[in-house]
Amino acid sequence: MIGLKVTDLSFHYPDRTQVLNGINFQIEPGERVGLLGPNGAGKTTLLLHLNGLLRAAEGTIQVGDLTLSDEVLSEVRRMVGFVFQDPDDQLFMATVAEDVAFGPRNFGFGQAEVDRRVESALEAVGESDLAPRAPHHLSGGERRKVAIATVLSTDSALLVLDEPTSNLDPAGRRELVNLLASLPATLLVVSHDLPFVLELCPRSLIIDQGRIVADGETRQLLLDRELLAKHRLELAYGFDPANIADR
Amino acid sequence: MHMPDGYINLATSAGAAVVAAGGVATSLRNSGKELAERQVPLAGLTAAYVFAVQMLNFPVAAGTSGHLLGGALAAILLGPTLGALVVTVVVVMQALLFADGGVSALGLNVLNMALVTPVVGWLVFRWLMKVLPARTSSAVVSSMVAAAVSVVASATAFVIEYSLGGQGGVAVGTVLQAMVGVHALIGLGEGLITALTVGTVLAVRPDLVKGAADLPLVTDRTAPSRATTVTFVVGGLVAALVLVFVLAPIASSAPDGLEKVALDTGFSEAATDHPVGGPLADYGVSGVDSERAGTVLAGTIGVAATFAIGLAIATLLRRRRAT
Amino acid sequence: MSGSHAHALHYHGHSPVHHLPAETKLVGLLVFVLSVVSTPPTAIWAFCGYALILMIALGLSEVPARFFITRMAIDLPFVLFALLIPFVGVEPKIAIGPFAISEPGLLSAWNILVKATLGAGASVMLAATTEVPDLLRGLQRLKVPVVLVAIASFMIRYLDVVAGEFRRTRVAMAARGHNPRTVFDAKPLAVASGALFIRSYERGERVHQAMLARGYDGTWPSSGNERIAAKTWIVGLTPALFAVIVAIAARLL
Ligand SMILES: Nc1ncnc2c1ncn2[C@@H]1O[C@H](COP(=O)(O)OP(=O)(O)OP(=O)(O)O)[C@@H](O)[C@H]1O
Ligand SMILES: [Mg+2]
Repeated sequence: MIGLKVTDLSFHYPDRTQVLNGINFQIEPGERVGLLGPNGAGKTTLLLHLNGLLRAAEGTIQVGDLTLSDEVLSEVRRMVGFVFQDPDDQLFMATVAEDVAFGPRNFGFGQAEVDRRVESALEAVGESDLAPRAPHHLSGGERRKVAIATVLSTDSALLVLDEPTSNLDPAGRRELVNLLASLPATLLVVSHDLPFVLELCPRSLIIDQGRIVADGETRQLLLDRELLAKHRLELAYGFDPANIADR
Repeated sequence: MHMPDGYINLATSAGAAVVAAGGVATSLRNSGKELAERQVPLAGLTAAYVFAVQMLNFPVAAGTSGHLLGGALAAILLGPTLGALVVTVVVVMQALLFADGGVSALGLNVLNMALVTPVVGWLVFRWLMKVLPARTSSAVVSSMVAAAVSVVASATAFVIEYSLGGQGGVAVGTVLQAMVGVHALIGLGEGLITALTVGTVLAVRPDLVKGAADLPLVTDRTAPSRATTVTFVVGGLVAALVLVFVLAPIASSAPDGLEKVALDTGFSEAATDHPVGGPLADYGVSGVDSERAGTVLAGTIGVAATFAIGLAIATLLRRRRAT
Repeated sequence: MSGSHAHALHYHGHSPVHHLPAETKLVGLLVFVLSVVSTPPTAIWAFCGYALILMIALGLSEVPARFFITRMAIDLPFVLFALLIPFVGVEPKIAIGPFAISEPGLLSAWNILVKATLGAGASVMLAATTEVPDLLRGLQRLKVPVVLVAIASFMIRYLDVVAGEFRRTRVAMAARGHNPRTVFDAKPLAVASGALFIRSYERGERVHQAMLARGYDGTWPSSGNERIAAKTWIVGLTPALFAVIVAIAARLL
């Protein structure tokens, strides 16, 4: 397991929208951290930096003991697994099995090892039967699980997930919590699903307008009504973090 | 426009296949490393887009509709090499997955629809852009003309192939007149849709229009593109007038150019109640979206009719040879 | 547009024809169709032979005849076209009832009808018995440039997504009273088509990111290139072989 350190990260898109304004945070190896914030806060943009898909004008990103740069790009991509917000972007091969094999193949594993990884990754998400199916024939929840399998097959040490619970039914959501909690990996999870974050991540960051505005224990953050209201985060009706026991 | 097997003889089909393969190989070589890396997913998505847009039937005039070929559009958006590759993939997959276009005619179909249209469309577009002032509206007008010309060029290519290797029976002049005539009209529809599509893309993401890469970028993206609207109104008016006067009398739901030719020439020569006026003429021909019971019936009748008529013709021929 | 037209012609099954490797079917289809096209239209018995070969293959494939025939409907516009040729054809003409029928036109019509129908039938057989991923692998093994196969693969993968977006746009337009009738009404459609291109393109960019995130370095990973046993080739090409025999016989007799 590896840690992550982001220092003074600032970024604007080519059309000059300033999205990240000096982001600083650090995650220890093995931590599970939630990243909360309103729509358009810059969450996805931040994640895209973590394996060099976007390159910031300012700031540094340290993954494990590597500082992100062109020379170490492929190594960093191997360590950081990325689950995209829309599974249709992530699943692009003709069959589920080929899609899950895409990462391991690129990282140069032999056929036998690739097959083994595909099998165990699909088993981990409980969807071994889907291997020969075409991704566009899957349901939303199945797509989501297969998308997660595509990064499990690369054995990434740091997993970055963008809204992993969207489209999952309640049971699927529960299975996802269990799966993610059992992985030997550092996790950074973006989600609007506050109960999910509370359950999975002991610690959370809140980002708004490209700045980290809060960083602390998830339960404490969710109990701070004023803070939540200020950043358009609302607890669902009937959900009270104070009444929930720790995992 | 998807030619089936048997329209053009083997030698000409093979010749076209060689030319088409050469064209595709050249495009592949020209697109080179860049395609391999960055643009494969983009090309694939654009191919899906062209495929989807080809299913778009647009109204041409009272009761008549045409559908987009998309070759010129792909070339203007992606450049001629990548555009040609994208449409090639579309045409080949249509033949293999949808039985749309004959396998022996694949070379012809790729040549006519995936190589002639992007190349002609691109050349006309670039030439016009050189002549016209460097403005967004010029790009829109050029797209319209380029797309219309590309469709006519494609029809002309068909006529040339027919004259080289057609199975005879109809004079080349008749075919030329009908094909080019009808496709000039279809080209107008193609031109309008292409121009509006390019206009929309130029207004939102001008950087995606390869053919207009040297235009000064529009900085204020929120401003409504008045130029586009003006062009549309003027172009549409001219097109509508032409269409209404030329085509309106032949109100038909036949969506495809080749078939349209058949109907038009048929109307002019044969008696008014020729055998095609029947229920099959209204069949929803786009092929892909027809699943219902009526299709079952039409399909069965069509195949039965094919063989019945074949048999009748065969008997007739035999009898004539005997005498 | 049906829900998943990427498989519009596919008939799920486990027949021996379904299990043949796609490349044998592709080569077989090409050889069969070339045989048909090379046959002179007057060799009527030869076409019966081809039809018989096709029917036997259909029987072996367990694809229902009804399914097969309806999928051949794509042939229809050309049936219509062919039917008209005798009426517009060149001299000499024969009189049948009130019509003057062109004799070469008649021959040409028959030629197109029978060849287009047999060709479409053979193509439908391939499409009905081959899964898309197998088809793509088959093309790759037949040495079709890997870039083209990759583009085709992306196209098929995203066809439903893109067509779905387009369909939703059109439904949304119809729901708000858009009913295209004249050429002016096409404008919203074209604007939708422009917007659709941008969305498709941007999705292409995101997909590219997703590929990079999993270590894509510009070389498309080629899946196993295992070779096919000669015996499988022979079995797969048997119908095509018979077609070649028929074609040669039709030339010689
Ligand atoms: N490719 C782009 N070009 C220009 N601006 C962009 C681009 N992608 C995102 N933005 C803008 O950057 C800002 C942050 O977007 P981002 O996708 O990071 O938000 P997010 O926090 O992930 O939101 P959500 O919760 O809705 O997913 C938004 O204002 C968005 O409009
Ligand atoms: Mg986001």
